[in-house]
Amino acid sequence: METLIMQIFNGFSVSSILLLAALGLAITFGQMGIINMAHGEFIMIGAYTTYVVQNLFRTYLPKNVFDMYCIAALFLSFLVAALFGTVLEKLIIRHLYGKPAESLLVTWGISLILQQLARSIFGAPNVAVDAPSFLENSLKIGTISFSYKRLFILVIAICCLVGVYVLMYRTKYGRNIRGVMQNRDMAAGLGVNTKQVDSLTFSMGCGLAGLAGAALTWIGAIGPTLGTNYIVDAFMSVVVGGAGSILGTVFGSVFIGLGGTTFEYLTDASLGKVLIFVCVIILLQFKPKGIFAISGRALED
Amino acid sequence: MRKKINSQWTTVLVILIFIFLATAPFYMSMFRVSLFGKYICFAIVAIGLDMIWGYTGILSLGHGVYFGLGAYCMAMYLKLEASGGALPDFMTWSGLSELPAFWKPFANPAFALAMVVVVPVILAIIIGYLTFLNRIKGVYFSILSQALAMILSVLLVGSQGYTGGSNGLTNFSTIFGKSLSAPMTKLVLFYVALAALILIFIPCRFLVKRRIGKIFIAIRDGENRVRFTGYNPAKYKVFVYALSAAIAGIAGALYVTQVGIISPNEVGITPSVEMIIWVAVGGKGTLVGPIIGALGVNAMKTAASENFPEVWSYFIGILFVVVILWLPGGLISLKDLPARIKKKFHKQSEQEDNEEIIPMIEEEQIC
Repeated sequence: METLIMQIFNGFSVSSILLLAALGLAITFGQMGIINMAHGEFIMIGAYTTYVVQNLFRTYLPKNVFDMYCIAALFLSFLVAALFGTVLEKLIIRHLYGKPAESLLVTWGISLILQQLARSIFGAPNVAVDAPSFLENSLKIGTISFSYKRLFILVIAICCLVGVYVLMYRTKYGRNIRGVMQNRDMAAGLGVNTKQVDSLTFSMGCGLAGLAGAALTWIGAIGPTLGTNYIVDAFMSVVVGGAGSILGTVFGSVFIGLGGTTFEYLTDASLGKVLIFVCVIILLQFKPKGIFAISGRALED
Repeated sequence: MRKKINSQWTTVLVILIFIFLATAPFYMSMFRVSLFGKYICFAIVAIGLDMIWGYTGILSLGHGVYFGLGAYCMAMYLKLEASGGALPDFMTWSGLSELPAFWKPFANPAFALAMVVVVPVILAIIIGYLTFLNRIKGVYFSILSQALAMILSVLLVGSQGYTGGSNGLTNFSTIFGKSLSAPMTKLVLFYVALAALILIFIPCRFLVKRRIGKIFIAIRDGENRVRFTGYNPAKYKVFVYALSAAIAGIAGALYVTQVGIISPNEVGITPSVEMIIWVAVGGKGTLVGPIIGALGVNAMKTAASENFPEVWSYFIGILFVVVILWLPGGLISLKDLPARIKKKFHKQSEQEDNEEIIPMIEEEQIC
């Protein structure tokens, strides 16, 4: 019973990280047809931002406010990653709208550049971030203990999810995004500035990746290739759930996260990956565009 | 008329490349020759990739899988020959006392050589059927193929006792009874690789010029139209995917004989995507392009990593961006540059009017 609960908790913990990584991905993929392979590197940017913020707090501020760095780091990692995203969008991504395969390869190139950049600035070895002291303990219910760090990440993921949901379904800007997603020409015809929407959405997606990076620093060391560990699973979540659907992304990340940890628990780490891949393939047999894909009547190329 | 000139031009180019490679041992050190032997293997993979990406429009980011499977099949034979009937060294280290059942037949060279092609083809057919038949296509397929690459490398690292783990298979001594380190064997292996390149290039060229090649291109440009004309695109896609897997398997087997090691590093996502850049740089949709791309990019990689390794990542990253954005036809399309500039100046006034009316711009097909 205890192991079962721990296993489920672990699964949801992994799912929450995946969800943070996949949310931004799902929106950019669904809206602009951009497969952002550099998404993992935005996670890395967020993680390194947290690292820098932590060092600044340690050097320049008194010890008793050190714990507050995590709040600053969460905001800054979002902002820095979003800023990088905006620059990238303006320079390169805007040439790639509607060309998914090309965008995939170009952003792969960008990811290599960003990785090497991180290596040049911070060095190849991993660096560590100290979690704030209030996250060090764990919540004990009976004999089972839940690590506060993982609970905190779960909370962040849920906050992001709610935030994105409100933004997408309760604001004018969100309506514009959904309009562009469903029918770009029609949205443009009704006076939506689609280019601006694209640019803002891409930045937001990158910012979410930055947040994911900040969250990751508390559960592991960070290095230049941090993002590559998560990118494939995040993409699989998006593919299973259906691009452009928030509900789909939630489903996808829980499917991959919970399913992955369960299979890994039942077999071993490598065989678990194989099994989850087989499950994804089987699911896609019935829903080639993902479980919650927005279906239209138009013939798709 | 224009097509014919194009065709002759590329024929001359490809013959020049083959002559250059065939004469390489006469004016290069043995070290360089082995390097080029390795590049030839990469060129073979690139041809296979071009068949599916350049011609059929399927972007596979997991061809390292097929390359790796071919290489591991060959390596298993070499390993068994090196250990001479005893248990291979890494198995003893990981505590195995007996040769696993699936290793046993690989002691037979004929079986191993057959498996080099058969294993990749079977996997490709399974994956191909499951994806193409259900119309999983475009980037969805690309992402799945990438996941496949990741999974195989994880699996290879994970099953230490059967595959040598992250060290891979190495320390071979002989091939078919000949010492692998002897210069003569190396030279023979180099020419075998070159012969394989030529023997794969010619049927592929034949294929793309026939009707089946036209169907590949039609699938790339408008899969629905092909379906509505009465063809089943899925069958053609599975066929071409299996073909390229077989080619990658052969390349992998040749690679392992020349380089003497195969490890999960050559199987994962990074090498698989690097294969794509060879094709893109040389020119997808042409058969000469991938050869030029694979030879050129890898020669540059060696030069860069010998002199200043940290620059290489920047360089290949920028190469990806520049080639895909501004040179989608690859190096091979540079020869059309003068004509294109001329055309642009010539037609600029008319084109402005016509652009909206004719949305489909026919691309010139160069083979």
